[in-house]
Amino acid sequence: MSLNNIASLTIPAIRDGLTKKEFSAVEVAHAAIGFAEKENPSTNAYLTFSPERALSQARRVDESIAKNEYVGVLAGVPVAIKDVIVTEGIRTTCGSRILENYIPPYDATTVIRLESEGALIIGKTNCDEFAMGSSNENSAYGPVRNPKALDRVPGGSSGGSAAVVAQGTAVVALGSDTGGSIRQPASFCGVVGVTPTYGRVSRYGLVAYASSLDHVGPFARTVADAATVLGVIAGRDDQDSTSAFAPVNDYHAAMKRPISGLKLGLPKEYFEGLGAETGDVVHSAVEQLEKLGCDVREVSLPHTKYALSCYYIIATAEASSNLARYDGVRYSARVDGDTLIDMYRNSRGAGFGTEVKRRIMLGTYVLSAGYYDAYYLKAQRVRNLIARDFTNAFQDVDALITPVSPFPAFKIGEKVDDPLAMYLSDVYTLTGDLAGVPCMSVPCGASPDGLPIGLQIFTKHFDEETMFRIAWNYEQATTG
Amino acid sequence: MTLTEKEVRYVADLANLRLSENEVHRLSTDLGQILTHIEQLNELDTSDVQPMAQVLFEGDETASMREDVPHTSLSNYDALANAPAGGAGYYKVPRVIER
Repeated sequence: MSLNNIASLTIPAIRDGLTKKEFSAVEVAHAAIGFAEKENPSTNAYLTFSPERALSQARRVDESIAKNEYVGVLAGVPVAIKDVIVTEGIRTTCGSRILENYIPPYDATTVIRLESEGALIIGKTNCDEFAMGSSNENSAYGPVRNPKALDRVPGGSSGGSAAVVAQGTAVVALGSDTGGSIRQPASFCGVVGVTPTYGRVSRYGLVAYASSLDHVGPFARTVADAATVLGVIAGRDDQDSTSAFAPVNDYHAAMKRPISGLKLGLPKEYFEGLGAETGDVVHSAVEQLEKLGCDVREVSLPHTKYALSCYYIIATAEASSNLARYDGVRYSARVDGDTLIDMYRNSRGAGFGTEVKRRIMLGTYVLSAGYYDAYYLKAQRVRNLIARDFTNAFQDVDALITPVSPFPAFKIGEKVDDPLAMYLSDVYTLTGDLAGVPCMSVPCGASPDGLPIGLQIFTKHFDEETMFRIAWNYEQATTG
Repeated sequence: MTLTEKEVRYVADLANLRLSENEVHRLSTDLGQILTHIEQLNELDTSDVQPMAQVLFEGDETASMREDVPHTSLSNYDALANAPAGGAGYYKVPRVIER
């Protein structure tokens, strides 16, 4: 083992190399940042590198190794953080001009937990502005290119985090998911992406988009690495009152149990009208799960077709409120005006991009006088029906298996002028956020053009164990 | 469903957003299109369904009250560090009260 294979390192490979003294954590940090800086111009996936922070952490890890102290399960592991998660002293832009020079005065809980287990934070990744988008084309700092096909999008909104893991310029990364923003880019880039149960991971320090839907979760090249990272960041945090007390179990022990006898549901609504390009790959993945002994049956989530409308009311309403704080007073960017109101309007008009304005406008409209009941309250009632669909399905099956997106990565610019067509790329992922159930994307093959396609797995609230178990067994059966 | 440019300007004022004429025009089309799609929710009778504001779990496990323990908060200096205009421990904004 050496650092020549920096692009394909895994958490166990780094642990092994450190234990056998084949390399030091400082050497890993230098190699990882050097490689990432060299490769970044091809994808634009990193917005900011943090070599000083990574190196000082690496020195601490090496000192602990020298003293035979506990170094943590992520010791020496290069990690990238989506730029909507705050990092003390490291610029955090949210992909927006309005936060171009924002230096957070504190760390997100997830960042603290990663570093307490020895992780090296090497940089911040590009994303759609305030996590609003499905292609990473809504970043004020330019789009990210998909490392598997450079003329295509990496998905969004966590496109940078998916791209750096796919490209090998980080071993694992954190993203956020409000309507599919971890799973859809994971699928487009051919990596593992996990959206845990709502409340499973603290959102303290995640810049809020839609608070009742926002999740933080990991990207990795293997199911085992994703499970390791989730094990580190999961669990109650007093700083986030929505974070859950549910115990965090040993995902590694759980995932290695066989899946023979598990009952899997295929929700028919997710396959109706699905093109062969994605459908053929997903169906052969389902056959593989049957070969592993799973009992597969068709189920119905009858309210699926309403998820898109429901989501775009709830998410934009919450966003219009959350983004009110960017007013030119407390954060970096201000455009002056004659009055206070003028200054607010000028600062926000100049600081936000097209999609963010569109969502603030939609959210403001649906919450405005006379429309609240017809839109917002209606959407919350429909959300209940969508959540009940999952509860009902899970009375008969242990997990649901679906495609992640109706199509693989599309070309940069292809959907940028048609917001509704863009929103449709999240049509299979929105439901998981609305119901708050754990879900993930695991690579399951490629389209005839060689574009990665992901398989989506949903399980019951707090049953990440069964989700990882299905994903790990599938991965073991299909990779070398 | 359409949204007139006058309605777009009214909502932009509520949202404190300065929009260009082009943006007003574009948003009138885009929002109309999205709101038309959203009208499909009216197909559903939801009169007996409770609104779901948040994902909630049964039992005590997510009882979210914590002990009220004092702790050190951000210093005034750190809290103001990102302000585009400040001084003497305050944010500076355009005058809101005439002398």
